[in-house]
Amino acid sequence: MQLSTRHLLGIKDLTPDDISLILSTAEQFKEVLQRPVKKVPSLRDVTIVNLFYENSTRTRFSFELAEKRLSADTINFAVSGSSAAKGETLLDTVNNILSMKVDMVVMRHSASGAPHFLARHIPAAIVNAGDGINEHPTQGLLDAFSMKEKFGKLEGLKVAIIGDIMHSRVAMSNIYLLKKMGAKVTVCGPPTLIPKYLSDAFDVEVNYNLKETLEWCDVANVLRIQLERQNQVLFSSLREYNLAYGVKRELLDKIKKEITIMHPGPINRGVELDSDVADSRQSIILQQVENGVAVRMAVLYLLSGRNPSDN
Amino acid sequence: MTEPQLAITIKRLAHQLLENHVDLENTILIGLQPRGIFLSDRIVEEVKKELPAQKINYGKLDITFYRDDIRKELHKANQTDIPFSIEGKTVILIDDVLYTGRTIRAALDALLDFGRPEKVELCVLIDRRFSRQLPIQADYAGKAIDSIITQKVKVLWSKKDGRDEVIFVE
Repeated sequence: MQLSTRHLLGIKDLTPDDISLILSTAEQFKEVLQRPVKKVPSLRDVTIVNLFYENSTRTRFSFELAEKRLSADTINFAVSGSSAAKGETLLDTVNNILSMKVDMVVMRHSASGAPHFLARHIPAAIVNAGDGINEHPTQGLLDAFSMKEKFGKLEGLKVAIIGDIMHSRVAMSNIYLLKKMGAKVTVCGPPTLIPKYLSDAFDVEVNYNLKETLEWCDVANVLRIQLERQNQVLFSSLREYNLAYGVKRELLDKIKKEITIMHPGPINRGVELDSDVADSRQSIILQQVENGVAVRMAVLYLLSGRNPSDN
Repeated sequence: MTEPQLAITIKRLAHQLLENHVDLENTILIGLQPRGIFLSDRIVEEVKKELPAQKINYGKLDITFYRDDIRKELHKANQTDIPFSIEGKTVILIDDVLYTGRTIRAALDALLDFGRPEKVELCVLIDRRFSRQLPIQADYAGKAIDSIITQKVKVLWSKKDGRDEVIFVE
C-alpha cells in the first residue's frame, strides 16, 4: 500500500486511488487529533525541512504542526534572515540542508515549477506547499477532504470555484482533483481573470454570472484576489469587483438552497467575500483549516514510507 | 478449528472475562483493527447475553501509526473509536492471533495516548506458542497452537470471509 509517486508535486500526478488513499488516511489522523495525546510516533526517524520562499501563515503552521504531531524533527527556513538573501541558489541551499541528513522537503516558492526542479536534482521526498500560479496540492486535498466530510462523497458534487482563477494555484489543484474524483466544476469570475481555453483543457464549465453559478452549485470555493501576482489592471477597482463578484449575504438569501462556502484564506474581507458570509453557519472555512493538519499528516506519512534509495 | 468449536471457545472466553470482571463497571473492551474486531464483536455479543442490562464500554483501536515496521511497508489505517475515557479503568485488549507480540506492543503504546489505565489485559483466540519476539503473554487464550514459522494461522469470520474457521496457510 503506497502512493504511485515519491513526491507530492501536484494533484496532476496523482491517480484517483492515490487521492482516495490520502483522504482515507487523513480521516484516521483526524481522529488522532481528538485524542488526549494528539501525537503518533510514525515519523520519529524522519527529519523535515520547511522551505518557505514566500509568505505563509496557515500552510506553514499547518505543515509544522502536522510534522510535530507525527513526531518528525523539523527545521524551518524563511528567506529573510537566510543566505538566500545573499544570493545563494535554490539548489545550493537545498543541497547544503540535505547534507545535514534531512529526509523530506516541504517547499513553497513564488516560481511555478520550483519543486519539480528540485525533485529532479535531489534524493529527498518533496512536498509542494504552493508553487507560483501552478499548484497547491495539499490545499486541493484539504478542500476535497472538507467537501467529502460535509457531503459524504465527491462524485457528482457540484463545485463552483469563484474569483481569480488566472493567478490561483488553489484553483488548479482543485480542478485537477475534483475532475479526477468525478465532481462537476464551474469556474466563475470576470473574463480577465479566467484563462482562455480553460473549459476545453479541463472539462469545466465557465460562467461569468455569479448569481447563476451560486444557484447551480452545492459548494462555492471562493478564492482570494491575488493582487501581488497581478502586474496589470485586470479589473477597475476592488470595490467594483466586490459589487460584481463579491459573495454577499443578500445574494445568498435569494438562492433557494443553502450552499456551503469555502475559502482557502487569507480572506480579503469585503472584496471576494463579505464578513457576514465568511462568519456564517454556511461557511466551513475554519473546518478547512482544522482538516489541513490531518491531510498534511496523511501526505507526509504516506510519502515517508519510501526509502530514498529505491526510486 | 471448526465453526461449532469456535462458537464454544468464544463463549468460554466471554465467561472467563466475566469471571474476573463481574459487572464490567470499570472494564473496557477494546478490539484491535483490522481482524481483532471480529472476535471482539462476538465476545461483546456473548457478554450482552449474560448481562443484558449492563452498559458495556467497547471500543476499537487501530495501531497502524504505531507499528515498528513502517519503514519496511506501509499498512492501510483503519478506524479507531474509543469514545470514552480509559483513565483508571481496566482495559482488555482483544485480538485474533497472538504471534510475535509486536502488534500488542504497538497497541499498548497507542492505548497510553488515550490515558492511564489501571490495568491492561490481553485476550486472544489463538496463541501461537514459542514464536514470541517480545515479552508479552495473553491473559485469556482460546486455543494454544504450536506451528512452524513458515505456517500462517488465519482466522476466518463469517462476517468477512463467509465462514467461521481457523486454518493453517502454508
